[in-house]
Amino acid sequence: MSDFQVKVAPKKYDAVIVGSGAGGGMAAYVLAKAGLKVCLLEAGPDYDPAKNSAQLKNPWDSPRRGASSKFRPFGEFDGCYWGWEIDGEPYTQTKGSDHFDWWRARMVGGRTNHWGRISLRFGPKDFKRKSIDGLGDDWPIGYEDVKPYYDKIDRLIGVYGTNEGLENDPDGIFLPPPKPRLHELMFKKAATGINIPVIPSRLSILTKKINDERGACFYCGQCNRSCKVYGDFSSSSVLVKPAVLTGNVDLITGAMAREVLTDREGKATGISYVNKNDKQEYQIQAKVVILGASTCETARLLLNSKSQKHPNGLANSSGVVGHYLHDSTGAALGGVIPNLMGRKRYNEDGVGGMHVYTPWWLDNKKLDFPRGYHIEYWGGMSQPSYGFGMGMQGLNGKFQVNGKTKEEGGYGSSLKEDVRFFYGASVGMGGRGEAVPRFENHCKIDPDVVDKYGIPVLKFDCKNSEYEIKQAKHMKETFREIMHEMGAVITWGDSDDASNNYGLSNPGNIIHEAGTVRMGNDKKTSALNAWGQAHDCNNLFCVDGSVFTSQADKNITWTILALSMRTSEYILDQMKKQNI
Amino acid sequence: MDRRNSIKALVLGTVSAGVVMEACKNAKTTVTEVNMDDRMQEEKDYLVKVNAEPKFFDEHEMATITVLGDIIMPKDEQSGSASEAKVPEFIEFIVKDMPEHQIPVRGGLRWLDLHSFNKHGKSFVTCSHEQQIGIVDEIAYPKKAKPEHAQGVSFFNKMRDLVTTGYYTSEIGVKDLGYMGNQPNMWNGVPDDVLKQHGLAYTEKELKECVSYN
Repeated sequence: MSDFQVKVAPKKYDAVIVGSGAGGGMAAYVLAKAGLKVCLLEAGPDYDPAKNSAQLKNPWDSPRRGASSKFRPFGEFDGCYWGWEIDGEPYTQTKGSDHFDWWRARMVGGRTNHWGRISLRFGPKDFKRKSIDGLGDDWPIGYEDVKPYYDKIDRLIGVYGTNEGLENDPDGIFLPPPKPRLHELMFKKAATGINIPVIPSRLSILTKKINDERGACFYCGQCNRSCKVYGDFSSSSVLVKPAVLTGNVDLITGAMAREVLTDREGKATGISYVNKNDKQEYQIQAKVVILGASTCETARLLLNSKSQKHPNGLANSSGVVGHYLHDSTGAALGGVIPNLMGRKRYNEDGVGGMHVYTPWWLDNKKLDFPRGYHIEYWGGMSQPSYGFGMGMQGLNGKFQVNGKTKEEGGYGSSLKEDVRFFYGASVGMGGRGEAVPRFENHCKIDPDVVDKYGIPVLKFDCKNSEYEIKQAKHMKETFREIMHEMGAVITWGDSDDASNNYGLSNPGNIIHEAGTVRMGNDKKTSALNAWGQAHDCNNLFCVDGSVFTSQADKNITWTILALSMRTSEYILDQMKKQNI
Repeated sequence: MDRRNSIKALVLGTVSAGVVMEACKNAKTTVTEVNMDDRMQEEKDYLVKVNAEPKFFDEHEMATITVLGDIIMPKDEQSGSASEAKVPEFIEFIVKDMPEHQIPVRGGLRWLDLHSFNKHGKSFVTCSHEQQIGIVDEIAYPKKAKPEHAQGVSFFNKMRDLVTTGYYTSEIGVKDLGYMGNQPNMWNGVPDDVLKQHGLAYTEKELKECVSYN
């Protein structure tokens, strides 16, 4: 291999950022706007929703009618390249652990191109869980530290919702929410009748225009495809694009980071990466290195960055990197509402997600599990795609169709009538809860396996605990009650019991993983300080879900964005003071 | 961009993409090479590969699928048939895309022909329409079917699934269903008559805090 060489880019940047999702995109935006010279590395190809979204395509535009594939596990039109598996990039599991489902996006903007846009602030209690229940650890920061950044991103990015004055679901700067859909009114009536609150959801979708660069929502219900008019938040359209337009960012796509480079003193000097297109090795030099590669990829990068000064991997003298890995919990259940069968047709697409939700409403001191969950509601007359109409024999014998009792199964005009009759009558709900981070749950470098670029891969070892299992049990009981109250008939999710942890999702499956490079005040038990700066290396920062000390019963993106902005402003301040 | 202009730009974008596609067709360029901005390279390569594969079903199998499809989703006074909705073509593609369907469908088609041969001395497609319906009636109702027809029931369940999903994801099927979305519009809430029908109403709080459009 005499022609093997490593090309070192001559330009020295102020900052090199790995990953262009919520965390990396925000860092690029803040630093580029402030005039820093930034190199932004993205492992996938370029992506601009205006050009590349499948928005407004019809099911027949897809040969597989919108079905999922390994390229798009959430369906042909979903806005995320790759997902649970990527060709040539394996990951492994420790025997006896629960399977960790690892979602990886490979594209500019990362997973923010397809996410649910659920944009919830963490509340004051969420940063201080150990003080409340003795489990896990408190964050080194509190809500008051993050609140100014939540306020800034509410204004910069836009989010709809309502100020409800709830103690642990803080008010924000909200655009007006859309009115509830029909099934959502039904959920609301049923749930509030048994003292479960239902309030407008909080999604980063523009129900009103906020600037000249982005259009407002036109209610196609397809946020998961990414928005051609930038009516919702994706890092690609809202952060990376304006960052690149400053002229201060060199965006390099197809750049798969291999390791963080360090000098003899142990300071970070840049990133080495393999270019997926020409297969050549490159190095980027920068004063500051920022990792936003995603919770597990960031841990993998650090663990693969071993040197004399950092024999345990970079930023890992504590040994916590890769540990405390935890995801949101998830369990779900659904069925049909007889009152919605044979319903009148109208355009019910709405925004690409729920118009109402239930924030955590109970006191865990009175329950047998320590942390809460929120409830998401689904249903409506949505666009059919692959799978639609299947299993009709399980429905059409159970309910009278337009007043007629039918034999289950069938065919012909009678079957067409059945499909039309049951359309829009299905509903479902899912709980998304807080798991307790535990040291034992971790990912580490698999000593035996490399990916096709020769980069050692992650091996996962994660297990749900009794805390999460009992929470899932409670979710199921709650869902059954709500379904009963609204006169719905449960058709799936009802048979889960202790034998399958009450339908609790595998760790990773909810795609809110966090905690692998956690922040803390004690450098013996944390990798980063309260600013997301490595205790062991003061010009290395993390800006993705890896920095979380603990989750909340909330989706984590809004907090990733707020913390990335906070860290980026800290970097500007420290560079100005010449501390880094 | 205001809302009206952004939607106009969007619709124009869609139209021009369609024009490009037509133009390319006339120039004998394969359709897979155009209007694929929403696919990543690996997906394009995969589609080219699948489309280059020889047909999975032979002519006889395809004819049987077509007859069965039009029995499951026939043309009637309201809408067209499965074959008009190109459901057989969809099934040919989907068994290549999802190979787990291949054995159940191929084996089921053969089961059907043998059953037909034993009963009427000929293959399913060469039977009269009445004979075909007689056979379908034996396997289309899982609870009523005789135990010795269990494999036929499983096969028909699979065909019902594939034909129904193929049909209702076609243009003809979506129209039959009455799905009215997938187009720019303004959500102003549930129509009044529907609210009334279900005995529901928006609260004062909702009317005040939610967005509405003129």
